[in-house]
Amino acid sequence: MNLLDFEEPIGVLLEQLQKVEQVEKESNVDMSKAKEDLQVQIDNKRKEIAEGLTPWQRVQLSRHPDRPYTLSYIEAITKGSFIELHGDRGVKDDKAMIGGFGNVDGKTVMFIGQQKGVNTKMRQFRNFGMANPEGYRKALRLMRLAEKFNKPIVTLIDTPGAFPGLEAEERGQGEAIARNLFEMFRIKVPIICIVIGEGASGGALGIGIGDNIAMLENSWYSVISPENCSTILWRSWEYKQTAAEALKLTSSDMKKNGLIDTIIKEPLGGAHVCPKKTFTSVKTHIKKQIKLLSNIETDELLNNRIAKFEKIGVFNE
Amino acid sequence: MKWFNRLKKGINTDTKDKKEITEGLWFKCPSCKQVIAMDDHEANLHVCECGYHERINSKQYFEILFDNNEYKELNTKITSGDPLEFTDTKKYTDRLESVMKKTGLKDAITTVVGEINGNKIVIASMNFEFIGGSMGSVVGEKIAKSIDYCIKHKLPFMIISKSGGARMMEAAISLMQMAKTSAKLSQLADAKLPYLSFLTDPTTGGVTASFAMLGDVNFAEPGALIGFAGPRVVKETIGKDLPEGFQRSEFVLEHGFLDYITPRKELKEKIALQLEMFKN
Repeated sequence: MNLLDFEEPIGVLLEQLQKVEQVEKESNVDMSKAKEDLQVQIDNKRKEIAEGLTPWQRVQLSRHPDRPYTLSYIEAITKGSFIELHGDRGVKDDKAMIGGFGNVDGKTVMFIGQQKGVNTKMRQFRNFGMANPEGYRKALRLMRLAEKFNKPIVTLIDTPGAFPGLEAEERGQGEAIARNLFEMFRIKVPIICIVIGEGASGGALGIGIGDNIAMLENSWYSVISPENCSTILWRSWEYKQTAAEALKLTSSDMKKNGLIDTIIKEPLGGAHVCPKKTFTSVKTHIKKQIKLLSNIETDELLNNRIAKFEKIGVFNE
Repeated sequence: MKWFNRLKKGINTDTKDKKEITEGLWFKCPSCKQVIAMDDHEANLHVCECGYHERINSKQYFEILFDNNEYKELNTKITSGDPLEFTDTKKYTDRLESVMKKTGLKDAITTVVGEINGNKIVIASMNFEFIGGSMGSVVGEKIAKSIDYCIKHKLPFMIISKSGGARMMEAAISLMQMAKTSAKLSQLADAKLPYLSFLTDPTTGGVTASFAMLGDVNFAEPGALIGFAGPRVVKETIGKDLPEGFQRSEFVLEHGFLDYITPRKELKEKIALQLEMFKN
């Protein structure tokens, strides 16, 4: 298990628990009481940490190496029925953006999301979850496919940003994202967006226009990452904690400011502590939203979608 | 052996005896280094003989575009709030106050209605001198209101983009202005009204990734920097020097994201012609 610095106190307890389990196995002595005590201690410690989490620590949690990524959610939610569809029909297949149909308890749903890699090799293969223009164009192609067959769309957002490479610029990264923003307001089926990890800037928003916008408790969503914000505004990498606070990027701040609709609770300690529980919460949310949104007439659905974003902004008149 | 010896070292002219050269009497082109008289430079619409287009502000564009320099400003009273109580090295509210004082502008966009060769049009022009032309709530709202105005009065719409991207001090609220402006443009499209996107130096970040790339016609000034990621970021990403002309208008046209490039001198006629094409 990978531990973040602020998770260290739990590490000690987890180690103890492991030792107790080992002793139990080797000596056949009943240690259930000791195990229970340790588990209570672990839970209490987790609670204590969870209550005092700073925005920067939540950013760290959203990038926790054990945190589940998009495909794990889809596999669990569709019970393995997912059919991945590849390619933008123009340039190539972007490995940082995945999508396809899956069956959610009898109903077909189009899933789209950025995919990060689980180890060094896969991280490179997935380009660290940073999509190129063809990724956004693949996403739009799949959304149109879902629209054609009247299937709801779920987007799972987890990206440190759209890829800022030379070829991405040549192929129109800006245009690809802009086109998605424009077209997603016109897709005539329900769209449910969930930030499951990092929601960085236009790269996240490029698949983030929908009828219900949700964030997992320990995810973040903003115009820029705290590190880059720190570099630009403070001219140093050192102010990332301060930047994380200033950007109001946590799920609770985003909800408070009326920028998202729903917060999905994570298990104590974060999504990685019990991915199964996390998948169940996300599935419950998706099923509930599909049911709610499917009852709304298309015109009203699209008008509501525009109205939701139209009202965002704080100014004096 | 030297022919002349300097007897006294240093500069000894008193400040009061210094010759005053009026600032702004000459323009030195950063591209070809030629020096020309400011009067001539202004008469050339701030374009050097070599083709270098100096950045100009909204007021100057309006002067070039509108018949008799007549136009009416819309939504003059909207100003930024400080929804996140943002402070970096400076308080956001202080930053706003000082830039307002310095520029005499209310925010990073000015919206007006006027006529170009008799064609009535609403123009939203970005002010780069206002926090880098950054898009926050006010830019989003003024574009939204301009589009409502266009739909109500059945008028074409044009945005002159000149921006570094979304405004960090309004964080996710700025980000959502990309969505908001795109949503409003979809309404303009439903009303079958033309939207011209004019990209000037520089147009980057969230502005490129929303309304600037969504024109029925996308056109740019020569040599303008247009891109999603800034050139420095791209350079760091690839770890190599960038090819010459990278992310300039000509490059963007060549890769298929612009319809045409228009020199400033032909701007008014071209826009008028374009508008008439949609009308007739």
